[in-house]
Amino acid sequence: MDAPRTLVDKIWDQHVIADLGDGVDLLHVDRHLLHDLSGARALAEVRDKGHKVHSPQLTISTPDHTISTATGRREDSTENSRKLATLLRTQSDVHGIAHFPVGDPRQGIVHVVGPELGFTLPGCLLVCGDSHTSTHGALGALAWGIGSSEVVHVLATQTVRQRRPKRMRINVNGNLGPGVTAKDLILHIIGRLGVDAGTGYAVEYAGNTITGLSIEERMTICNLSIEFGARMGLIAPDATTLAYLQGKAFAPKAADWDAATAAWAELATDPDAVFDHEEQINAADIAPQITWGTSPEHTVAIDQKIPALAQIVDPIKRSLAEAALSYQGLSAGSSIAGTPVDWVFVGSCTNGRLSDLEAAAEIAKGRQVAKGVTARIVPGSMAVKKAAEEKGLDRIFTAAGFEWREPGCAQCVSTNGEYVPPGARCVSTSNRNFVGRQGPGARTHLASPAMAAAAAIAGHITDSRKI
Amino acid sequence: MEKLQQIDGVAAPLMRANIDTDIITPGKRIATTEREKMGEIAFEPLRFNDDGSENPDFVLNQDRYRDAQVLITGPNFGCGSSRETAVWALRGLGIRCVIGESFGDIFYNNCFQNSVLPVRLSAEEIAELATEVGPDRNNLSVQIDVAAKTITAPSGRVMHFELAPDRQQALLQGLDDIAQTLQHAEAIAKFQANDRTSRSWIHATPWQSNPSAEA
Ligand code: SF4
Repeated sequence: MDAPRTLVDKIWDQHVIADLGDGVDLLHVDRHLLHDLSGARALAEVRDKGHKVHSPQLTISTPDHTISTATGRREDSTENSRKLATLLRTQSDVHGIAHFPVGDPRQGIVHVVGPELGFTLPGCLLVCGDSHTSTHGALGALAWGIGSSEVVHVLATQTVRQRRPKRMRINVNGNLGPGVTAKDLILHIIGRLGVDAGTGYAVEYAGNTITGLSIEERMTICNLSIEFGARMGLIAPDATTLAYLQGKAFAPKAADWDAATAAWAELATDPDAVFDHEEQINAADIAPQITWGTSPEHTVAIDQKIPALAQIVDPIKRSLAEAALSYQGLSAGSSIAGTPVDWVFVGSCTNGRLSDLEAAAEIAKGRQVAKGVTARIVPGSMAVKKAAEEKGLDRIFTAAGFEWREPGCAQCVSTNGEYVPPGARCVSTSNRNFVGRQGPGARTHLASPAMAAAAAIAGHITDSRKI
Repeated sequence: MEKLQQIDGVAAPLMRANIDTDIITPGKRIATTEREKMGEIAFEPLRFNDDGSENPDFVLNQDRYRDAQVLITGPNFGCGSSRETAVWALRGLGIRCVIGESFGDIFYNNCFQNSVLPVRLSAEEIAELATEVGPDRNNLSVQIDVAAKTITAPSGRVMHFELAPDRQQALLQGLDDIAQTLQHAEAIAKFQANDRTSRSWIHATPWQSNPSAEA
């Protein structure tokens, strides 16, 4: 009998083309996503270096990072998109890569579009020049973010050279309390493990809490794997995965579907497989979370206080916390609830899908955004936008005083020029609260869509369960 | 890619933990900055004041460290996004080696695509090295030998570091990853041919407007 293997190893082994020595394998890339920020330049570099795109049919491209999200936007609406979104489209055409431009019903954030189209599949090896590529692990894909040179390498060879990661399993069991979401769960995990606990690991999430999550919730979990250092985060495919994929535009059809589902049934960690590291998390312990500092590990439950500096034992972490609090304009040991906010951003590949917008709309319905707060809803894709409009969510939001915008990354990274102003405090459903991430001097608090919407209504950080 | 065999140059201590890729190359600047000019925006939030003037407290703004080729850093350097601009920015500043306790995974890998050597040392070794090139010292030069995997501190003390043999060869010979991989072109073609039968669903690509493109 074969030695028991983890899910990661099973997918890995299936993709090895050659052993390059010293633990590095040459792996086949089944699916590759290109976006305007890293993809446009990479395509131009393939051309400049005199290479050909090896397997253009296994790649799709769409602009998300640099494009405007204002109503009536066009491909050239921002300075960056005029250059990069246009370059992505023209270079995709040159190389025979399917492209979904601004205005196309399939345009959106790469990590929202891949799964919703059925481009992402269980057991596939998927890469993209963006660190949140781990999102696709929610469908049981082995997916990770690569650097720009590697994007060029994938285009030229349809392979990646990669060292096998260590394996970690995070077992989450128990029921999440009412009003506690997948975002709260993963922020809690990051807060507990710290920002570099996953470095060098591929993380499999397991346990009855995880199997009870929808695919969209699983994407939120896998998305944030990189925020504790893990390049890959994934969940074994199950009946929920199949139900999600069946009938999606690019998912396998007919005989291909039957063959695929038979193969996917094998995609689970064997009972006796050994992990390099395991963690146990009790879901019942978790309250809605919000970050207070400038690292995703700077997270607290809404009903807790920002830690007192004396509580932080490690001197380096303590000085970082001190710097973070001064940047954020907050004091150690004080309550996070009640902090006044200026901005709210609901969107991104972490929380820009239909169920996220529904959660925010549930809070927004029949209420009003507090005076002085700018609140933006940015759907993750054109498909999400359309589905939300069919459900009337856009009207709920606009009636409450939220802006309803076009799909893109927007304030998650602000490379499209849509900044949170200096000094302004923003509750954001995105994934990074780094200094300046949402614009120079902007202060970011990461939270779930419900928590973000609740902050918009209250005008301050508040417990979404009590609104 | 340029070869990297030996370095003999000034080392600058930038002893701060978790210097992320948004500090090394701020997101708002990368889309409009050409690869060759990335050094100009390197460490912008630390290096410049709000009015654009240099922050004299930042180590690389001090004359004695301005031409540093080696950066000694705190743990988790280069964490954050996949942006390779971070390594381009270091190259732009003339940095060829970063010494730290730990690095962001993607950053670590990106270094080798750009002829930059990332070296992991223990916290104690880093603290000692940083002290040896500290503000009160005169000799700030370290020698790094990629073939021997050694760092010689100003005091003459030699430290050894780990480096995977394939990484080492790539740096020494200035090997380009793509050229190396294309030597396996036949194996790649064979893999795809087999895979079309065993995993037909991966190769059915309904998004292609021209299905014959796959043939
Ligand atoms: S939404 Fe944010 S994290 Fe996601 S792909 Fe866009 S910039 Fe990256």
